[in-house]
Amino acid sequence: MQDFSIRVGGAAGEGIATLGEGFCRLFTRNGYHAYGHTAYQSVIRGGHVWFHARGSPDRIWSLGDGTDVLYALDRQTVDLHAHSLRGGGIVIFDPEKFTFPPETVPAGAKILPIPTLEIARKFASDPILQGSVGMGAATYFSGLPLETLDAILTENFERKGAQVLQQNLQAAHAGYEFAKGKSTPHPAALAPHHGESKMLLTGNQAIALGAAAAGCKLLSQYPMTPATSIMHWMADHSVSLGIVVKQMEDELGAINAAIGASHAGVRSMTASSGGGFSLMVEALGMAAMTETPLVVAIAQRSGPSTGLPTKTEQGDLNLMLGAGQGEFPRIILAPGGVVEAYRQTMDAFRLSEDWQVPALVASDFTLSEDFQSADRSDFATDVELPSLFAVSPPSNGSSYKRYAITPTGVSPRAIPGQKGLAFTAGSDEHDEGGRLVSDVLVGTPAAIQVRKQMMEKRMRKLHGIVAATPPPPLEGSAHADVTIIAWGSTACPVRDALGLLASEGISANLLYVAQPYPLHAKEVAKTILTARQVLLVEANYSGELGHLIRAETGLDIPHKLLKYDGEPFTPHEIVEKVKEIARVR
Amino acid sequence: MSITNESQVKTTGQLPVITVGKSGTKPTWCPGCGDYGVLAGVERAVKMLDLPPHEVLIVSGIGCSSNLPHFLNSYGFHAIHGRAVAVAEGAKLANHGLHVIVTGGDGDGYGIGVGHLIHAMRRNIDLTYVVMNNEIYGLTTGQASPTSLMGAKTKSTPLGVIEQPINPIALALSSGATYVARAFSGDVKHMGDMIAGGIRHKGFSLIDVLSPCVTYNHLNSYDYFRQRVYKLENSGHDPSQLMKAYEKSFEWEPRVPTGLFYQVSKPTYEDLEPALKAGPLAHQPVTGLKGKRDLLEEFV
Ligand SMILES: Cc1ncc(C[n+]2csc(CCOP(=O)(O)OP(=O)(O)O)c2C)c(N)n1
Ligand code: SF4
Ligand SMILES: [Mg+2]
Repeated sequence: MQDFSIRVGGAAGEGIATLGEGFCRLFTRNGYHAYGHTAYQSVIRGGHVWFHARGSPDRIWSLGDGTDVLYALDRQTVDLHAHSLRGGGIVIFDPEKFTFPPETVPAGAKILPIPTLEIARKFASDPILQGSVGMGAATYFSGLPLETLDAILTENFERKGAQVLQQNLQAAHAGYEFAKGKSTPHPAALAPHHGESKMLLTGNQAIALGAAAAGCKLLSQYPMTPATSIMHWMADHSVSLGIVVKQMEDELGAINAAIGASHAGVRSMTASSGGGFSLMVEALGMAAMTETPLVVAIAQRSGPSTGLPTKTEQGDLNLMLGAGQGEFPRIILAPGGVVEAYRQTMDAFRLSEDWQVPALVASDFTLSEDFQSADRSDFATDVELPSLFAVSPPSNGSSYKRYAITPTGVSPRAIPGQKGLAFTAGSDEHDEGGRLVSDVLVGTPAAIQVRKQMMEKRMRKLHGIVAATPPPPLEGSAHADVTIIAWGSTACPVRDALGLLASEGISANLLYVAQPYPLHAKEVAKTILTARQVLLVEANYSGELGHLIRAETGLDIPHKLLKYDGEPFTPHEIVEKVKEIARVR
Repeated sequence: MSITNESQVKTTGQLPVITVGKSGTKPTWCPGCGDYGVLAGVERAVKMLDLPPHEVLIVSGIGCSSNLPHFLNSYGFHAIHGRAVAVAEGAKLANHGLHVIVTGGDGDGYGIGVGHLIHAMRRNIDLTYVVMNNEIYGLTTGQASPTSLMGAKTKSTPLGVIEQPINPIALALSSGATYVARAFSGDVKHMGDMIAGGIRHKGFSLIDVLSPCVTYNHLNSYDYFRQRVYKLENSGHDPSQLMKAYEKSFEWEPRVPTGLFYQVSKPTYEDLEPALKAGPLAHQPVTGLKGKRDLLEEFV
């Protein structure tokens, strides 16, 4: 597969993320697919930050397995990332800032000193301009047109005034010309103008966009990495889209306000990472008990406790499955890439509303913060959104029963403000009319009966949800030597690995568990039983999806590739593991 | 619960208006509990204002007092312990055309839920919060609450409370509540006036109601309060003066002031939220991204 990767690294505060996102756009503006991996630390200034921008004519799903141009703004970047350079790789750096022994860089890679600061000084005194010099040079090596870079820089610097913009453009051009004078482009350079430009977005932006498309009108949230940028995007679009964005005092407030809003007739959402979601647990059960629709986006990070705030993990599946005292129905959707994040957020709203159960959208640092390209046609926006004020008072004069027992478990939901339908939603156990059976009635034969009926009413929604939702898709050839099972963002590097394996003549496919709960146990069992070899790939220590599958199907998956060091999977790791299993056969 | 059962039918002009009244569910409080008086006070207030039941949402937490929404024929949300204010804030933002009243206990509002309370007050969101302050945890059978007085002997403090009680009035004044009042469950008429004033007021209203728990708090009894309460409106207090209100908020012995401590007119959160300019969210058209495909171009 043809691809081209630029990795840039330096200290926090040097604009690394802006440079990296710019490189991604260099690809997408020329019609290439792109993937941008962002790696930062929990510091605002200093430390080590890097960004890996990868472009390809084919759909790509991960940061891939190598670097073609390494742009090092500090020595640490060379020390930490030179190993990722592959054949024909180039390191660009400014010798005025630092030098390094040539053997730091793998044999075959080219070392190209560029006086970025000296060039920058010709145009302005602010050393931040060096980034544009380096960007110009990297653009030259990538083979992509300088005009694309001009357009990207213009968008980035326009608001800082004509002078600053002009300086940056001059700096970028000078960097481009300097590189041109010293070297030919990289041997794997891409051809300019591959096709129509593509979209580039993070999983969090896709979740926010999906929520907006689903008719979400209120987001209440409390900042926590890596969920925070959901709130940022929504806040930026609050006025234009008519969405109330409420930063609450804590996650308890965030989820309870979202539930209150939903009760009062507005589609609402809250979002956090595992720590904040831990605080939301009690209210999740209240949403289920009062049968109030609710969407919670959970962007997992490395735990436990504060863990690694800026690193990835899929360690919260058990938490999501078990969150809340007692038993109640819930839905867990786990998008793989950004398009799935958009669609599954919409699904979460629809399912939560149809079944009056809480729906969780499980993301993680990798999906939430990394960038992926997509086509505009991937995003359907013409969705019909039903009115929530659809129930009218019973015509036969009988009183309205908010929690009427029905075959599906779903009862007609009135909204405060509707005449003749007043009811009280209760977090205590209640009867069909909403009356408490928890205090003076509890233990009486009638109340015992009500309790049993209401538990069954709520819990049988799970059967309906399984029947109403698609089973996990099997991606790749129907019959393969190795079947990989993955959920959430881990499906993405697996997809890249499938391509690499195919090119080596090894057949593998992916059972992508897009809806871990309620699990389509029958279909999952069938896939496992008919597969030649099964490999579970999860970004956690214990294989939480594997446990769920065993609980639901009785089947154990012996081969596991589990990663819990905080770093995302690379396709290469998966390929190696699959080969190992294929050899065992 | 049925709407018309015991609700009062009034006539305003030609149209009969069904106002908020009792539901078919009978209160389950101990005989003599102060919360009966509060229920009567809330009912009195909403009837005074002719509020139709479907336009009122009563949100509560957990505690003896928090059962209140079930006993009225309005909409209700009986939430979990301590979260009533947050639920109510979400509901109010979703439909600011509703009258949202929050009811609950001192443990619910000043203990486990105090974080939400402070922030709701500084937001000046238009809620009316009626706290049934019995200086005890009733439902859990009599432990110290955040308003239990120093020395109070409870099941969790058999030797007496050794921490200062929360001063809800001073807390509300310093947190930005724009209507701050105290009432006594033994005076339903006055309490009804205080609550009605709070509902009428645009902005956050706190009405702290001294509501004796006859079963677990033998210190702060009806007699205790009858001997101490007096009405601010009869004592020349000017409720527009914040500093005077502060002074009054620290009075307890020998006399406990009731009535309106402070009221000020300020923009509410809903007034200032741009996304609400087009009217209550729940009634704004829900189009999702229909006709807004241009938005996708921001990602290109
Ligand atoms: C999270 C949580 N913790 C504890 C409880 C137990 N609990 C129920 S009511 C209550 C205190 C009630 O006191 P208050 O709010 O003053 O109400 P009162 O019964 O006095 O009216 C407690 C601690 C609970 N229901 N939920
Ligand atoms: S225990 Fe106290 S607060 Fe609870 S109902 Fe009885 S008297 Fe009222
Ligand atoms: Mg109490």
